[in-house]
Formats: sequence, structure tokens, C-alpha cells
Amino acid sequence: MSASYLVFFLLGLLTIGGAVFMINFKRVVHMVIAVGVSFLSIAGLFVLLGAEFVAISQILVYSGAISILMLFGIMLTKHDASEEGSKSKGRVWLTFLGVAALFVVIFTGIQNTNWSAIPVKENTSSLSNVKEIGIEVFTKYVIPFELVSVLLLVALVGAIVMAKKEEE
Amino acid sequence: MDVHISSYLLVALILFCVGLFGALTKRNAIVVLLSIELMLNAVNINLVAFSKYGVNAAISGQIFTLFTMTVAAAEVAVGIAILISLYRNRDTVNVDEMDQLKD
Repeated sequence: MSASYLVFFLLGLLTIGGAVFMINFKRVVHMVIAVGVSFLSIAGLFVLLGAEFVAISQILVYSGAISILMLFGIMLTKHDASEEGSKSKGRVWLTFLGVAALFVVIFTGIQNTNWSAIPVKENTSSLSNVKEIGIEVFTKYVIPFELVSVLLLVALVGAIVMAKKEEE
Repeated sequence: MDVHISSYLLVALILFCVGLFGALTKRNAIVVLLSIELMLNAVNINLVAFSKYGVNAAISGQIFTLFTMTVAAAEVAVGIAILISLYRNRDTVNVDEMDQLKD
């Protein structure tokens, strides 16, 4: 058993554990903390997959910005809110059955695929991950990149307009 | 020897299913938004895994992940703004009480 297996097992356990704790906790603030643990271990998984730039972006955007934004959302609404779950137990069980069916379908799909037929490609480029991403973004993906900046501007203006107090 | 790709896909699948269950059963709108973030993260894991072990392994998968993150951040910002505005007007954050269109 090599070290990468051990690290993967630990990170996968933390990822799924954070998500499951998020579902089970009662207080909304505790839920955000649990999901923050999950986001951080997903960044670890990205490092394991050799995507360092994506991992750093994950930590900055998800663990940093989105968790804090969620906390702000909680504090500005019902700050002592607790989640008591859906009222009808039947609907919860129906949803559980549907999700379990989806899980079984996709799981059999993963298990029945012949993954060893895919040739393992060694990373041939001598560039670092960040350099590779930069070259690719500014040659092949320039227009989507600029469109994303417009989208962020629209979201910024939209969020401010939506959240500001309406005049009498 | 590296970790096999199906292990990554399995982790992402479990994460997606947990997120889907949370998004469909929880009543607090902030928790629903969090569950949607979990589902988006599961997709991101798949994209990065295929960008290393897929048939056409290329850096494009990681770039697509970066775009997904940007769109998710914009979505959360607008979602929280709508939620705050709704709380100011209706005094609730529960999704099953947001039924004004039904009346």
C-alpha cells in the first residue's frame, strides 16, 4: 500500500464525511463548517491529481469566499436558524429511494467500464501546471475567459441591486 | 502506482448523491444552496480526474473546472442577495414557505 493510496483514502473520507455531517447537523452554522472541511479536502484531491492551480483556486473561492458568504447570509437572515428537515417523512423516503436508484445506476456504469483499456498518458510537457493553464487560456479560450469577466460584473451589479434597501 | 480513476469517480458520485439528497429534502434555503455547491464540486472532481486519466487527457478539463468555479461563485452571490431581499419582505428562509406564486 503506497503513500498516495493512504492520502487518497484520508482525503476521500474527509470529503464524504464533511458532506454527510452537513446533512446530519441541526444548526446551520455547523453545516457551513462541515462543508468547509469537505471543500478543503477536495482541494487536496486536486493536488493529488496534479492540478495545483485548480486546488489553490478551490481553497480561495470555495473555502474562502463561498463559505464566508454563506455565513454572512446566515447572519443577515435567521442567525440562530436550525434545520428540522422536511415535515412529511414519506417525501424524504421517496427522495432517498430516488437518489439511491441514481447511485446504483451510475455505480454499475462505473464498475462495468473497462478502464484498463485506456492508455495511461505520461505528462510529456516540461512546463509547470500554472504555465500550461495560462498558455491554454490565452490562446484557445480567450473569448470564454472575457465572457466570464462580463458575467462576474453582471453578478456583482445584480447582487448589489437585489440586496440594497428599496426606497420608500 | 497511482490511485485508479474509478476511485475518484466513486468519491465524486457519493458526494453528488449526498448533495442531491440535501438539495431535495432540506427546508432552509441556505442549506439548499450549500448542497448545490457540493454537487458542483463533485462534477469538478470528475472533470479534473478525466483531465489526467481520460481517453483524451488534456489540460482543458482543468480550465473548464475554473470556469465552473467562477459561475458557481456568481450564482452564490446572486442567490444570497435574493435570499436577503426575500427575508426582508417575507420574514422566512424556508423554501416551502416561498409559495407566493401559488396564491
